Amino acid sequence: MSIFEYNGSALVAMVGKNCFAIASDRRLGVQLQTIATDFQKIYRIHNKLFIGLAGLATDAQTLYQRLVFRNKLYHLREERDMKPETFASLVSAVLYEKRFGPYFCQPVIAGLGDDDKPFICTMDSIGAKELAKDFVVAGTASESLYGACESMFKPDMEAEELFETISQALISAVDRDCLSGWGGHVYLVTPTEVTERILKGRMD
Amino acid sequence: MGDSQYSFSLTTFSPSGKLVQIEHALTAVGSGQTSLGIKASNGVVIATEKKLPSILVDEASVQKIQTLTPNIGVVYSGMGPDSRVLVRKSRKQAEQYYRLYKEQIPVTQLVRETATVMQEFTQSGGVRPFGVSLLVAGYDDKGPQLYQVDPSGSYFSWKASAMGKNVSNAKAFLEKRYTEDTELDDAVHTAILTLKEGFEGQISGKNIEIGMIGSDRIFRVLSPSEVEDYLQEVE
Repeated sequence: MSIFEYNGSALVAMVGKNCFAIASDRRLGVQLQTIATDFQKIYRIHNKLFIGLAGLATDAQTLYQRLVFRNKLYHLREERDMKPETFASLVSAVLYEKRFGPYFCQPVIAGLGDDDKPFICTMDSIGAKELAKDFVVAGTASESLYGACESMFKPDMEAEELFETISQALISAVDRDCLSGWGGHVYLVTPTEVTERILKGRMD
Repeated sequence: MGDSQYSFSLTTFSPSGKLVQIEHALTAVGSGQTSLGIKASNGVVIATEKKLPSILVDEASVQKIQTLTPNIGVVYSGMGPDSRVLVRKSRKQAEQYYRLYKEQIPVTQLVRETATVMQEFTQSGGVRPFGVSLLVAGYDDKGPQLYQVDPSGSYFSWKASAMGKNVSNAKAFLEKRYTEDTELDDAVHTAILTLKEGFEGQISGKNIEIGMIGSDRIFRVLSPSEVEDYLQEVE
């Protein structure tokens, strides 16, 4: 079994009209056994920047701690928040540093950049960035997520409709993946507020 | 830095609490050719005398004002070779920042890193402080900025400043003439007039150097003929 499938995860981020949504499943497993049903995979870097980390949970946690460290120092030195594009370049560099002994993680980065323009990207475990204008997916359920997002996504959705779409895409995708599920965790971010919601799906 | 015999710092405190090497470095700066900078509302201008030791020197090959990044330039007073080392290090630091963040380094960050290097050379084994003060001119998201960095590693943001031989007269002149909402072209004229004050001999496009950056955020060193145009406007 691949090391990326050890813990199980599903991550998706979608762009709407002047807003974005980032969602994850809640399962933490050790191969076939479920250990936790409330495991956090999406982290807030600042109010307009979120990162989700799929893959091996220990690497996700360590990588998150390193990124928070770098971001805090940046904030102290430069006296400003990091733009999402800048943060994505930083994550890519941090991952490539470990090119020959990588973190087994796939990050999904979502944020509001200059003029509150939504920005999303994902990358592989050694930092190859993939920018997208509509949605990005990661984790063991990624193939199902690609299918679900492709069919459900529409450009320029307002916040509420975006929330419905991303939730439906996440739930239907994780229901086809035995390693992810046990509900969903959705963050909806607009220039003025951040809304966090828990979804209830098939609890298996 | 320094081999084992000189792993101690040569810059040590005197009983009065001063670092004498830094004082001497500032003296070296004070006997260097005058340079100055003025921050306008829409840009920054830096200028320096370019007195060459002999008329046989090919003045086109000498460039005292250097570009650190496309939107940051620097001029020095003091020892030319020392400034070259700092320019080299600063350029590398700016590029490292870009490689990491894919974003141009903000002026304050580059100035801070350069100042850190200068401070390290006052507290390391076997090295001496740099014999230059730098005037860094840049334009980034925070607008036009002008910083002076001293051999000790301290840096200050200035609206207008001068360094080198004629510093007290030049600063007095600038204090009188500076206004908050100066435009870039007026600032260039003021810079030329300030240089003229202490200039020995006939000022021309060949014996001064001017660098400027406007709201286009591109730092350029003016060509001798462009300098001549400004000189004629001043007269």
